[in-house]
Amino acid sequence: MPNVSFVAPDGATITVDIPNGWSVMEGAVKHGVAGILAECGGACACATCHVFVDPAWLGRLQPREAGEDDLLECTAVERAPNSRLSCQLRVSSALDGLVVHLPERQA
Amino acid sequence: MSVTHRIVVVGAGQAGLQLCETLRRSGHTGPLVLVGDEPHLPYQRPPLSKKFLTGELDAVRLALRPAEQLAKLDVALKLGTAVLAIHRDAHEVALADGERLGYDRLVLATGTRVRRLPAPGAALDGVCHLRGLDDAQAIRDRLGAARRLVVIGGGFIGLEVAAVARGLGKDVTIVEAQNRLMPRVVAPLVSEHYARVHAGHGVHIHLNTQVEGIVRAGEALAVALDDGASLPADLVVVGIGVVPNVELAREAGLHCENGIVVDEYAQSSDPAVLAIGDVAWHRNVLLGTSHRLESVQHAVDQAKNAAATLLGKPVPYAPVPWFWSDQYDLKLQMAGINRGHDSVVLRGTPDSGAFSVCYYEGTRLLAMDSINQPLDHMLARKLLAAGVTVPPTAAADPEFELKTLLPAG
Repeated sequence: MPNVSFVAPDGATITVDIPNGWSVMEGAVKHGVAGILAECGGACACATCHVFVDPAWLGRLQPREAGEDDLLECTAVERAPNSRLSCQLRVSSALDGLVVHLPERQA
Repeated sequence: MSVTHRIVVVGAGQAGLQLCETLRRSGHTGPLVLVGDEPHLPYQRPPLSKKFLTGELDAVRLALRPAEQLAKLDVALKLGTAVLAIHRDAHEVALADGERLGYDRLVLATGTRVRRLPAPGAALDGVCHLRGLDDAQAIRDRLGAARRLVVIGGGFIGLEVAAVARGLGKDVTIVEAQNRLMPRVVAPLVSEHYARVHAGHGVHIHLNTQVEGIVRAGEALAVALDDGASLPADLVVVGIGVVPNVELAREAGLHCENGIVVDEYAQSSDPAVLAIGDVAWHRNVLLGTSHRLESVQHAVDQAKNAAATLLGKPVPYAPVPWFWSDQYDLKLQMAGINRGHDSVVLRGTPDSGAFSVCYYEGTRLLAMDSINQPLDHMLARKLLAAGVTVPPTAAADPEFELKTLLPAG
């Protein structure tokens, strides 16, 4: 099962196994990663599952769709070029080892 | 209030679970008991009428937290257990299994139940109401073999089910008693847009039409309408609203209206009892009104509000309500409550597939519905939270950037 690492702002890292086909957000929530709120449950409707993707992984992600790009305008911590909503990142073996950094807050 | 209080939460849905999680993360060390009458771990309801029906999400993914995460929260889960009565004098609740649970504070998150179709034949096999996971599973089990689906009720649930069924190639008919779709929640021009889109996907829509009854007709069902028509169906899904589960509270003598009445701190008429989520007739100090709301946002936010009260750090409840509905490739997002609006301003063009509708009382923006315009929606939430209105002429100009109205910082 692919694993994904979540790095908190203080550097603390949690690495979790996430089944293929799940979103990175789902994996985080189900493993109790505190820095992901995901208030809407993954409907791309709330911008509270914001992550900064480690630059090494940026090229391997599916591009953002328009809705995600718009929601990123409204994150609690301002977006950066490597910002994504983790509900829109689909886990696959190609993303095994993905590293994402958590913002200071989500709301 | 004390972090060592024994807190019993009745109702293991989104609000009940959120309350337990927030209490633990905020330092509550006392016993927490979460009682739910369904046998399932707390789960997400919104996908039941969407991705769960298509099979894209299974019950495991529907769970809000897996069992091991719940165990880490040190919450005593009593699932599949109904509460029969609240004994406020003794500070106890009586469970269906005979146990009596004592509490220092009781939180009622009993939610709603589905409104049953008030017509003959509503209990026939193949007539499904949609509220819980078991209901959705029953629909999913029948949907595969069904060719013709009749959806009774043109609200969110009915329309979402219709969209899913069309995606699966089913023949779909919607019957709505009012003269337009989603009549209680959106402006006519939004209703009309959704009617056009559903019709464009091949859905048959009967407005101003009541169901007189359903009868079995051989292998299939026949849905009799008040205009004399009879619709053949292999499956009927009813989505005509919900009723708040206030009976426990009412029988215990708590003040109830169309919901359990609580203040802006989630407190009921008994200081030891709080109510949250769909069942709570609550006060919102930002909006200056009291009402009941059925939404994930409200369940989550009011659970946090109640946790603050329980921890002795009460904060008045003041979020901007928001909702969403996914149908086909339409994402409808609503910010604010449009009740009491006297005018509507269109932002953008429905024909483009992406637009917003702004609801005004005088010159004050009350609410905004956005269709495939998530940026408008997010900014509307921020503007409403900040108490900033949008001049109607600016709202009507899709080139006008709402962001420029946000207060600095």
